[in-house]
Amino acid sequence: MSMINYASREINCKIVYYGPGLGGKTTNLEHVYGKVSPDTRGKLISLATETERTLFFDFLPVDLGTIRGFKTRFHLYTVPGQVYYNASRKLILKGVDGIVFVADSQIERMEANQEAMQNLYDNMSEYGYDLTRMPFVIQYNKRDLPNAAPIRDLQAALNPGWEVADASRMRLMPDPFHAGEHLIEQLGSGEWVERAPYFDAVAVTGEGVFDTLKAVSKLVLKSLA
Amino acid sequence: MPVGAASWSFTEDDFGAITKSLERFLFDSNARCALLVDRTGQLVATVGEKPKFDPTAFATLTAADFSANDQLAKLIGENDFSSLFHQGEKESMYLADVARRVILVVLFDNRTTLGLVRLKMKATVDELAKFFEQVFKRGTGDGSQPNILAGADDEIDKLFQ
Repeated sequence: MSMINYASREINCKIVYYGPGLGGKTTNLEHVYGKVSPDTRGKLISLATETERTLFFDFLPVDLGTIRGFKTRFHLYTVPGQVYYNASRKLILKGVDGIVFVADSQIERMEANQEAMQNLYDNMSEYGYDLTRMPFVIQYNKRDLPNAAPIRDLQAALNPGWEVADASRMRLMPDPFHAGEHLIEQLGSGEWVERAPYFDAVAVTGEGVFDTLKAVSKLVLKSLA
Repeated sequence: MPVGAASWSFTEDDFGAITKSLERFLFDSNARCALLVDRTGQLVATVGEKPKFDPTAFATLTAADFSANDQLAKLIGENDFSSLFHQGEKESMYLADVARRVILVVLFDNRTTLGLVRLKMKATVDELAKFFEQVFKRGTGDGSQPNILAGADDEIDKLFQ
């Protein structure tokens, strides 16, 4: 739930990083925290266990610039990856404006990714939010690992696309981030499908972290325009 | 408007009305500072002594505190806890729900008492609840404020180049 504060001239938006445990959600925030100038970001808050697993959430506010004299403030949150913290995961989704799903590319984590994606859909629908109609991007993290699954397998499992029902959207939309690929396309069966934009990343080195953040923030601001 | 992004806006007039109501409350209760935080953790307004801590972080943790306590309430068969009290040695805080959308947080020290803060807060919460119901009913789209991002696609693109 974005808030436009005319008194302080700020647009406040909430972005949640979701995904399986140990997938790199907190690492994404830590990288942003380390790279962004201290004047444009706040404190990084971590409610974590003693072993540094996220217990409730991590939180980082960042300013991404000014539009029409209004500061754009993004509140970045991560959720706990472990399923038994679902109660707190769900709380964090309240009022979300944009979602980043951080998938762990390792073949062995495929099932955990799928479980987390299903859990995301379930938790969103309990709030009455429709993931297919809001800013949503997927990040395939840990691309540097030798056991990383091919992108096409990850796409097939996690981002197969949802049916486009609105006739005005049934036209080929190229994926601006991957030449030759499309975000909206017609399948051989004649059905039109739309997929979430995706990014390759190695969050520990920062690769792909800002591309992901920029893409989701832009989608959020465009959804308000 | 995509599902899940119900926006709301807060005008300078809103800010003026809220500030007036909270300043009166601070005067009556002798509390130090009052903050208004929306349920998603965004700071709406601060009135009274300027806090020495990071207000953004404070707002987020307040919302999380309230949400977690709401769930605890449900587990013991209550709908919610409409107020919370955290007592410190010198500084204490009292949090109250306003119209289920906003949280009023009051910081006070030993210059006043919990009883007085609580007593004076009730009327303020009722007043703010009525006020915020109007604000949320208005959303962003009643035309009273122009949509500042309408047609700003180019500017948004430029921001992310």
